[in-house]
Amino acid sequence: MASAYSLEFEKPLLELERQIEDLKRIGTERQIDIEGELEGLQAKLEALRAEIYRNLTPIQRVMVARHPRRPYTLDYLSTIFTDFIELHGDRLYLDDPAVVGGWARLAGTSVMVIGHQKGRDTKENLKRNFGMPHPEGYRKALRLMKLGAKFGAPVITLIDTPGAYPGLGAEERGQSEALARNILEMSGLPTPSIAVVIGEGGSGGALALGVADRILMLENSVYSVISPEGCAAILWKDASQRERAAEALKLTADDLLRLKVIDEIVTEPVGGAHVDPDATGEALRDALIRHMTELRKIRPEKLVRRRAEKYAAMGAYTEA
Amino acid sequence: MAVMAWFKKERKPRTSQRERLEIPPDAWEKCDGCGHIDLREKFEKALNVCPECGRHRRIGAEGYIELLTDPGTWRELWANLRSTDPLRFEHYPERLVSARKKGGEADGIYTGTARLDGLPFNLGVMNFSFMGGSMGSVVGEKIARLARRSHEKKIPLVLVSASGGARMQEGVLSLMQMAKTSAAIALLNRDCIPYISILTDPTTGGVSASFAMQGDVILAEPGALIGFAGQRVIKQTIGQDLPEGFQTAEFLLEHGQIDDVVPRASLRDTTARLLRHMKGQRPQAEHAELS
Ligand SMILES: [Zn+2]
Repeated sequence: MASAYSLEFEKPLLELERQIEDLKRIGTERQIDIEGELEGLQAKLEALRAEIYRNLTPIQRVMVARHPRRPYTLDYLSTIFTDFIELHGDRLYLDDPAVVGGWARLAGTSVMVIGHQKGRDTKENLKRNFGMPHPEGYRKALRLMKLGAKFGAPVITLIDTPGAYPGLGAEERGQSEALARNILEMSGLPTPSIAVVIGEGGSGGALALGVADRILMLENSVYSVISPEGCAAILWKDASQRERAAEALKLTADDLLRLKVIDEIVTEPVGGAHVDPDATGEALRDALIRHMTELRKIRPEKLVRRRAEKYAAMGAYTEA
Repeated sequence: MAVMAWFKKERKPRTSQRERLEIPPDAWEKCDGCGHIDLREKFEKALNVCPECGRHRRIGAEGYIELLTDPGTWRELWANLRSTDPLRFEHYPERLVSARKKGGEADGIYTGTARLDGLPFNLGVMNFSFMGGSMGSVVGEKIARLARRSHEKKIPLVLVSASGGARMQEGVLSLMQMAKTSAAIALLNRDCIPYISILTDPTTGGVSASFAMQGDVILAEPGALIGFAGQRVIKQTIGQDLPEGFQTAEFLLEHGQIDDVVPRASLRDTTARLLRHMKGQRPQAEHAELS
């Protein structure tokens, strides 16, 4: 069985897993009773995993958020939503596969789900552009949000991007304008909206799907104005200082809750979302249903007013 | 002395030998665009636009306030807002102290109210000399308040941008200022209050990806650098050199991203005329004839 662990700080877990495998093999080969020893090792593995994940440093969380086996938008669409119909294109230029979206059902209710989509392997990543949208991706997203609002459906966005794509065509076709328009229009969307950071919340490219009535973060996701690598390159001219930058940027779910930017943290299984995607999905599903039920009781005008108030309160300054 | 070295190597200034001898060397300035050397006074009189090649040099926020308001009408608002250090980001407090020394107390933007050709309006001008005009909580709050004031008083909003983007030292709170300012601009959209966005050199990152690109009309100064991603990042990502003129005001005009490129000398007049159009008012001269 392929190991779920591939990150540097998970090496001790990998080592224990190997010992367990060895023990099992020896047990079968020599037909000896290994039950007691096996249980001991399993317990040790669980304890060590819990220990490591309890004390994740900010940069380690960044690594978990970027884990190649972490569940992506389409995974959640197939596990916690039903009746998904993908809708494509911005109706202007092209269909950007770095953003996916369409009608789906959550606990029987029609909702519009839109999210960044990363690729699972090199081939898919080329197609999905590593989850970095061009302007068309954002324009498709806005089109679908408005479609959802038109028919009174709650809009649920799943955020997982290193950032909006920095390229020639993206700039030519108005990356700034696309982001700016989404951020503005989402603030006035006359329907309940919930945004969830499921992996990487990379700057403006994340925020352009992230203005909502409720903002949630999965426990090991991160949300930041700039990547730790980018921050380190600017401040210390040295991308290898990313650990220091991750520390300084306060980008973990706990940090964002403390800064009053997000409303709730959705718990992940010990070891991260990727070790048990189903359990992660269930926790997310429960949170989404709870928030959706609350928000659907509020009139759209009131939602919009409260949303404006929520954002008006964000920030820290003094007034002498 | 560097200034004297220019005289030997570069074009001759259009002043007589005698004039040159009488004028102190530090009164001369050189255009970065074409190398033209002239008296600083002459550059300043031409709004810091090179008389030879038309290159627009950066001018301070005070310059735009003077340019875009009727004399004596500017009243600054919320000058007492100060940045704090919510993330305890290393060296941020020290950086704020030196930024205040260099860029004044307004933080990254001056906000206030004034008149233009007699028309009351709210004006915000970003202060590039304060940490590159970066948007943190103070900048976001001042813009949001100004937009809300425009909404309450039903008077137009004009914002002059000059910024490298979000202020890293306030982390995700800076990012959220993009949403905060946009939500305030959305109010103006909803109730048809005019908003003119003027982009100057440079307008990039989180500022270009929020209020700067949300104007009913978006104008830019010639040659201004405008874009979302930094050129170094784009170059690294695509692994090739960027075309000539990439991310300039003219490039954005060509690609349909802004309404027009307006030379500084026409900025005041264009802004006033646009405001009158969007307020449904006749030009002043015509107005006078009728009454
Ligand atoms: Zn020149």
